[in-house]
Amino acid sequence: MGKTIIEKIWEKHIVHREDGKPDLLYIDLHLVHEVTSPQAFSGLRMKNRSVRRPNLTFATMDHNVPTTDRYRIEDPVAGLQMDTLRMNCQEFGVELADIHSPDQGIVHVIGPELGLTQPGMTIVCGDSHTSTHGAFGALAFGIGTSEVEHVLATQTLWQTKPKTLKIQIDGELQLGVGAKDVILYVLSQYGVNFGSGHVIEFCGEAVRKMSMEERMTLCNMSIEGGAKAGLVAPDEITFSYLKGRRYAPKEEGFASEENRWKELNSDDNAVYDKEILIAGSHIAPMVSWGTNPSMTAPVTGKVPFLEDVEGETEKRAVERALSYMGLQEGQRMRDIRVQKVFIGSCTNSRIEDLRTAAEIVRGRKVHDGVEAIVVPGSQSVKKQAELEGLDQVFLQAGFEWRDSGCSMCLSMNADIVPAGEHCASTSNRNFEGRQGAGARTHLVSPAMAAAAAVCGGFVDVRELAAQTIS
Amino acid sequence: MSGINVFTGKAVGMDRVNVDTDQIIPKQFLKRIEKTGFGQFLFYDWRFLKDGSPDPKFELNLPENEGASILVANENFGCGSSREHAPWALQDYGFKVIIAPSFADIFYQNCLKNGVLPIATDQFHVRRLFKKTKQQPCMLTVSLEEKTVKSEGNILFSFDIHPHWRMMLMNGLDEIALTMQLEDDIKKFEAVSR
Repeated sequence: MGKTIIEKIWEKHIVHREDGKPDLLYIDLHLVHEVTSPQAFSGLRMKNRSVRRPNLTFATMDHNVPTTDRYRIEDPVAGLQMDTLRMNCQEFGVELADIHSPDQGIVHVIGPELGLTQPGMTIVCGDSHTSTHGAFGALAFGIGTSEVEHVLATQTLWQTKPKTLKIQIDGELQLGVGAKDVILYVLSQYGVNFGSGHVIEFCGEAVRKMSMEERMTLCNMSIEGGAKAGLVAPDEITFSYLKGRRYAPKEEGFASEENRWKELNSDDNAVYDKEILIAGSHIAPMVSWGTNPSMTAPVTGKVPFLEDVEGETEKRAVERALSYMGLQEGQRMRDIRVQKVFIGSCTNSRIEDLRTAAEIVRGRKVHDGVEAIVVPGSQSVKKQAELEGLDQVFLQAGFEWRDSGCSMCLSMNADIVPAGEHCASTSNRNFEGRQGAGARTHLVSPAMAAAAAVCGGFVDVRELAAQTIS
Repeated sequence: MSGINVFTGKAVGMDRVNVDTDQIIPKQFLKRIEKTGFGQFLFYDWRFLKDGSPDPKFELNLPENEGASILVANENFGCGSSREHAPWALQDYGFKVIIAPSFADIFYQNCLKNGVLPIATDQFHVRRLFKKTKQQPCMLTVSLEEKTVKSEGNILFSFDIHPHWRMMLMNGLDEIALTMQLEDDIKKFEAVSR
């Protein structure tokens, strides 16, 4: 029987295997940020332990950082958390992309951007969206703070072998439909825990045609389906993205690594625990209407009727979600108005996301009564966007142009959606209170968010995209 | 961390699906650099009204549920963010055991690492417990040794848990210290593969 890429990466990383125990896996790259690491470093200090492989560890600060006046931290508790990371990195010898560094950004944006993320690696971070790095054919998953401490101390983790799930997306996506719509569609069909205990391999024609940045968006939200990780087998698109990046192998080293990476594929006769087949051409731009990412409908669709929801507990959950969101059952998605627009987060803040949004915005104005912000995923994305004049496109339309960070995805800093307001957001979670107490989040793609900003509500971006091109 | 073997406590039901860790501990409380003191913020947005007073309708605020230490929850409990602050808050509030039909993977692991026992069992048993906790104060005895949940001496159900995590929980072991005993294996791996 053949093997999946998931099993191949797993087996290459087993340090110790013993009956009745999980496998002890080696970790190739450990990314660290300010929120989930302080207690781990304290744990090391208490037991007089060191970081085993500082050179396989890389830190940045992203969750707490201000996106306006970024060097003035007004919240003393957030300031202390950032200072603590600085101190910990210095004491334990870990490289840090500090707020002053041109490399600073959202941890899942800068890992790939710097070439730290590479095919075949095991990658962890105290952050559930670590699944993003799977886009490179890496096994990348989020961990808690105790596990962060364990990796810092030993460069390994005890892990039970996950099941495998193949999601094949055939055909071609429509113009105006992107990776974000694909993953929201998957969640709308299969719910928020279909992936529990599994690692997803995304494959099929639509995935092969995606750029690296789109694949990152796809893998990023695997966790919203409860999956441990999501990945895409590496190919020429992966290799050409990596070539020349700072931490990627150099010159001849690259060629030999590339040969090794080319082996990272699922065998034709590999057997998965579960398989899902999706016709890519049927997917429409998606908008979430509820309080988890599976509560999502096509922009051409409606909020569900309660009588169509199966199961008492599910019905109550939908009822509660509609009351929180201030929506009526059966309401058309196109009739939802927004007051805020957020383009950013580890899901959609990369240069291609900003280009796509800017194309929609160019020559148009942010609608009356809408406040719209763009938060680039990293300082380097910001710089690139400015080189291309995208900042001016956004600013002239009436958007705010910010510095990089997690920002309004989880609103740990000052970027908060006020209670009762609807926000078109390119982020990954629409949980109650996620963007602020009482805030009403609608998850969408960058194109849909840009369209919502200029129209004041949700419109079918396929129509706008056609106009923009003609 | 001290070990768990047999534990008796009052159970409270929370019959909601997909309770995410943003609800268990909202983001504004993640800025602390300690592991302690999170219990006061547990389920903050559900537990307290806008004026800061307890919401009398919220499950944990009902007088009969005061002092509960076993949480009976529904499908996919602890989904979303990987924040370990969630089990820290549950534990600090007083919960030692969580029973649900399923848990999100990262949350499940985070519980184990902190001596909180997550019990995954059939929806059937969870439904029964929801009913039981509604009727009267419901005392349960959980035995990790026997892998059973009992009420008034009768076994309600037995549960499964990976033998390794069970052993770790029962003995309250330091996982890092155990791994460090495998230093030779790690070195060997690094010599060959790195």
